[in-house]
Amino acid sequence: MQGVVMGYLSLLVLIPLAAVLVHAAGAGFNAFLSAIMAPDAIAAVELTAVCSFVVAAINALAGTLIAWVLVRDFFPGKGIVNAIIDLPFALPTIVAGLTLLELYGPNSPLHLNLAYTRVGIVLALLFVTLPFVVRSVQPVLLEADRAVEEAAASLGASSWQTFRRIILPGILPAIISGSGLSFARAMGEFGSVVLISGNIPYLTEVASVHIYGQVESSDMLGAASLSIVLLLISLVTLLLIAALERRFLRHAR
Amino acid sequence: MPAKLLLRLIALGYLALLILVPTGTIVWRSLGSGIGAAWASITTPDSVHAIWLSVLLVLIAVPLNAVFGVLCALLLVRHDFPGRAILGALIDLPLSVSPVVVGLALILAYGQTGWFGAWLQAHGLQVIFALPGMALATMFVSLPFVAREVIPVLKEIGTDAEQAAQTLGASSFQTFRRITLPAIAAGLGYGIVLATARSLGEIGAVAVVSGRLVGQTETLTLVVQDRFENFDLTGAYTAALLLALMAVVTLLAMNALAPKERI
Repeated sequence: MQGVVMGYLSLLVLIPLAAVLVHAAGAGFNAFLSAIMAPDAIAAVELTAVCSFVVAAINALAGTLIAWVLVRDFFPGKGIVNAIIDLPFALPTIVAGLTLLELYGPNSPLHLNLAYTRVGIVLALLFVTLPFVVRSVQPVLLEADRAVEEAAASLGASSWQTFRRIILPGILPAIISGSGLSFARAMGEFGSVVLISGNIPYLTEVASVHIYGQVESSDMLGAASLSIVLLLISLVTLLLIAALERRFLRHAR
Repeated sequence: MPAKLLLRLIALGYLALLILVPTGTIVWRSLGSGIGAAWASITTPDSVHAIWLSVLLVLIAVPLNAVFGVLCALLLVRHDFPGRAILGALIDLPLSVSPVVVGLALILAYGQTGWFGAWLQAHGLQVIFALPGMALATMFVSLPFVAREVIPVLKEIGTDAEQAAQTLGASSFQTFRRITLPAIAAGLGYGIVLATARSLGEIGAVAVVSGRLVGQTETLTLVVQDRFENFDLTGAYTAALLLALMAVVTLLAMNALAPKERI
């Protein structure tokens, strides 16, 4: 059983990813360095990182708000709203990109043309990463002990103070892990962005689209080198989430 | 309470503008030039082939990942062996790798000039720019979903019932079939639904390894992009509508099978 699992994982994930590493390192460190220091590569990674960071920050706020409304507020149709949260995970990303372009593109019925802009990229990334924070904060809010909040309120705390001092420390680890995951997802996103961004080099070309272009033009060294950069960024993100979560969990206790 | 109402309006407004209204426009746009035109664009031989290919990839990737996911979860929860922590960390890796990087990795390993290229070619096997490569790409991106759903359930149910079955003389397979499998069925089902959605919607990895040959290696998601870029808007929106309908079915299944503590 162990052999089957490890064999499957190796053939599918480990060996191919090792091939990327070996290919990037194969031409020597200087070749790797000059591949990742190419101005268009730097521009693509920087654009992706900035957009992903903005997306993670907006998700931390909007996701927490939505989770709070879903848990603490009551209104007709709440079940449907709760179901819609999963839509971005169910809907193919290219379909998401196409519809956002329709609504916020050159033919926008709202007269709001965000096509080929960084705001458009952020919008597409917000769509596909919506569930991460909502779904990580929601269960924690459900479990939270309301009596502590009532005690704070009865001792004269304002709603903001109660939120800031009582609710927030409890849900902070969940917010961090949710927005961290949405950052990692946004860094590698392709399908939802490729149509709305217009892929203009230096301006609106994200990292994964840049790598796609390199593969298409058989620049395998450039593609492999930039892939290693992306893999490192997601690795650091995952480690950072784990470390921050541990720290805040200890702090909350 | 006006503050609460304001927060509700902000949350619902955000969801409406970001998710609901855009999704609704697909229906409006694809049927905008008439149902006849939409039907014609989705029944061309290339479209039908793409639909079939997308379904075929799901039928290959999802069952394999379901079996792998259950085995992997059993291994992680019920067995102790050197390297267990590493396996636990590796299982989530595909979620944080860009799909385009997945495609590149498969080319570098199984492509003509890749590590196994010469061996594969000597045995007459083409992986990249053919169905096997697309299946590998789909399997890679949908790998963790079943294992991630089954692992917590296995932890939760414990081993009491399994041990009782074994003392009563059940074989390992009987114990799995009669005790473990019914207990993990809901989690397994939810994982399968998530993996199906991910497989059906995959574009980045498949775009790289397929070579995008129209009518041959083009999946339904690639059809959407291809038609849009060739200014066939009705065709793009109709294919998108079909994918969206599949997504709605998936969404309904998700909500029927989702862990209940959510609402």
